[in-house]
Amino acid sequence: MTSASHHSEVTLRVNGKPHTLRVDNRRVLLDLLREDLDLTGSKKGCDHGQCGACTVLADGRRVNSCLLLAVTLDGSEITTVEGLGGDGEEPHPLQRAFLDRDAFQCGYCTPGQLCSAVGLLAEAAAGHPSHVTDPAAPSGRPVPLDRTEIRERMSGNLCRCGAYPRIVGAIEDVIE
Amino acid sequence: MTGTTGTALGAPAERREGRQKVTGAARYAAEYTLPGRAHAWPVPAAIAHGRVTSVDTSAALALPGVLAVLTPGDAPRLAEPEDHTLALLQNPKVPHRGWCVALAVADTLETARAAARAVRVHYAPEPHDVTLVPGHPDAYEPEEAGGQPGRLEQGDPAAAYAAAEVRLDVTYRVPPLHNHPMEPHASTAHWDGDRLTVYTSSQGGSTVRSVLAGMFELPEDHVTAVTEHVGGGFGSKGTPRPDVVLAALAARRTGRPVTVAYPRRHLPTTVGHRAPTVQRLRLGARPDGRLTALLHEVTTHTSRVREFVEQAALPSRVMYATPALLSTHRVTALDVPSPSWMRAPGEAPGMYALESAMDELADALGIDPVELRLRNEPDREPGSGKPFSSRSLVACLREGARRFDWDGRDPRPGTRREGPWLTGTGVAAATYPAAAQPSAAAARALPDGTFTIRINATDIGTGARTVLAQIAADTLGAPLDRVRVEIGHSDLPYAWLAGGSMGTASWGWPVHDACAELASRLAAHPGPLPAEGIETRADTTGKADADSPYAKHAFGAHFAEVAVDTVTGELRVRRLLGVYAAGRILNARTARSQFTGAMVMGLGMALTEHSTLDPAFGDFPEADLASYHVPVHADVPDIEAHWIEEDDPHLNPMGSKGIGEIGIVGTAAALGNAVHHATGIRFRELPLTPDRILAGLLSEG
Repeated sequence: MTSASHHSEVTLRVNGKPHTLRVDNRRVLLDLLREDLDLTGSKKGCDHGQCGACTVLADGRRVNSCLLLAVTLDGSEITTVEGLGGDGEEPHPLQRAFLDRDAFQCGYCTPGQLCSAVGLLAEAAAGHPSHVTDPAAPSGRPVPLDRTEIRERMSGNLCRCGAYPRIVGAIEDVIE
Repeated sequence: MTGTTGTALGAPAERREGRQKVTGAARYAAEYTLPGRAHAWPVPAAIAHGRVTSVDTSAALALPGVLAVLTPGDAPRLAEPEDHTLALLQNPKVPHRGWCVALAVADTLETARAAARAVRVHYAPEPHDVTLVPGHPDAYEPEEAGGQPGRLEQGDPAAAYAAAEVRLDVTYRVPPLHNHPMEPHASTAHWDGDRLTVYTSSQGGSTVRSVLAGMFELPEDHVTAVTEHVGGGFGSKGTPRPDVVLAALAARRTGRPVTVAYPRRHLPTTVGHRAPTVQRLRLGARPDGRLTALLHEVTTHTSRVREFVEQAALPSRVMYATPALLSTHRVTALDVPSPSWMRAPGEAPGMYALESAMDELADALGIDPVELRLRNEPDREPGSGKPFSSRSLVACLREGARRFDWDGRDPRPGTRREGPWLTGTGVAAATYPAAAQPSAAAARALPDGTFTIRINATDIGTGARTVLAQIAADTLGAPLDRVRVEIGHSDLPYAWLAGGSMGTASWGWPVHDACAELASRLAAHPGPLPAEGIETRADTTGKADADSPYAKHAFGAHFAEVAVDTVTGELRVRRLLGVYAAGRILNARTARSQFTGAMVMGLGMALTEHSTLDPAFGDFPEADLASYHVPVHADVPDIEAHWIEEDDPHLNPMGSKGIGEIGIVGTAAALGNAVHHATGIRFRELPLTPDRILAGLLSEG
């Protein structure tokens, strides 16, 4: 095979900016962000969708960017930790809450925790139930997020420093 | 305290690099995207013992974008390192499965990965043995375990045990455990002539520099090691690991900057693990609970590459008064990956066994387990006979019992039912040595009224920049925001690694000394400062490592409440509380994070983390995060950590003891003891997974 057959052109909007790239068909979104765009805030913890460190938002939904082939994402809107705060100098309220709560130590899982939490808030607001949601609760209505709900919904994001209680607290701060 | 005057110490100052970490701006070792940077992918050995007979690289080299494949036959030669796990690609021997036998280097990650898979390695395998059994014919008693004698015997332990009125003889097992920091081990290396620069995920850049200088036969000042941000280590990045040597080899071979970012699945065989232990505890006691004999015998493994002994019998030399003490290790070198440090090496598994056995003794005697520990409080350190510089275990137990509402606990096991759930509570003590190692620092006062502190400390998540700024600000009597701290670069003054709970004590000491001298120089300085400012330097060699007449340890007490589902065997942690006495706490915010974070790791050790050595293949089947279960959000309840301030003048100018590890130490035993209280069943092998709990409930319930 020639190298040309291994590559495809893809256009993504990342943190509001369009990027048209010719990418290796094997390239996953995470490596596109880190290698092609030098957006290294999204972290590679396992490359297998097991740790959540690579979590970003694709069209508003949280995804493991290590599991998505870049060529399948043509036209997608991607938000990474670098884009959470928008254009302003001020961080996203969740980023501020993480600082206030000391919701991290080494910081390596933090971008994924943040993006995952942003996705979680939208899912709950849209009425998506989780494993711990009361089955009798009316469907389609926003799901109230108590600590049990937050823990359940954040369980795809590992933190080896064990900052979990602080992370849950930081997410609660933003809900209140 | 002794040497500082201000108000910054102890304050909950916010992490200085926090903003970089929450915005994604903090760069870790694999994220130095140097021009022309290539990627390398290691090829792990597929046999557990033998040698490589040939490596066919033709298919790999034929892939477009492949720059090189390094093999044991053709990799650049290295001087022999002291740590033989770093003698990579230097000879065809395979000491364990997963050992690096080739390294593919390519333009991109995808091509490097494909090239590594295309390398064909041929082996001459030999029989292997990876199974740890007590009484193994090759077992021996190591001279040293964790820097202490491998064996300590006082009095006549066997006779004292035989004569004891109450005897307990139990064996506890802890499986291999994996550190799994969230950032996999990674290094980016580049050469500029005969100068080597590495950006590396390490707990100590000064050691990286000296080891690389030795192996590549360079003057130390030709090697630069940058450790700006490190994504956790927990011991597994304590000394240089294969990634940094392989990156330097590949960069030398290809003439390009090269990143080696280890795939997660390679870590268990590559970066060290907590060695499994089989621990026999024999406790002899009087009916009033006083110990008359304590025998703690540890069986563990090491690799054939180097000796590493999980020093699990050491805490028995620290904890309880006894006229007869035996504390020994036996180790067998097997064809296993090399074990290494994992958070509280020795203390974590050793205290799991000792504190579980103490709970069994309390049960046998009908004495409250807190009270049993109070009755065995020693006047001096049992193993050394030295007085303690400070020891507040009793206060920790009492304060923990008060906060946990322990008094009035019904001691009867297996009696609290809530539907299908059985609930129970447990307690365990914790201990960890407090020490410091020589380090150097520079402090500079500038004409604009600011200060710069320079020391090659490493922040693996502890908040080193922040706490060192606090120490400097207090010593200088300056506002915290006037103090800059530069760490994580080997051009800075030499410093000890972030490990052994010694980082802050080792670094803060010379920072304090340099700042104290600077403060007196400034007080005597007339007029404005020169443009370059005034700098002082301090080196604690001979001071931090001086012999002490005191035994120095932090202590703590852990309390846990669990609920066990009698239908499924599921175990839920309801409450976890730790009270610690670790000298002076220097930053309330980051200290609390370290205590509670270590308790989460202890929860994992107790309930979820389980690895095994496959007898046929010779490595760990639980090699990734889907099969090796570190705790997740849903496993972890709200956790409380509190501390008792100690005023201990025998430690260091800050009066601090290390806090990074003690939080894991008693957690597993407290949880295990709570499970016994809930179910009435003693599980003596970790982790306490639902299959084991259910089997226990079905056979004994």
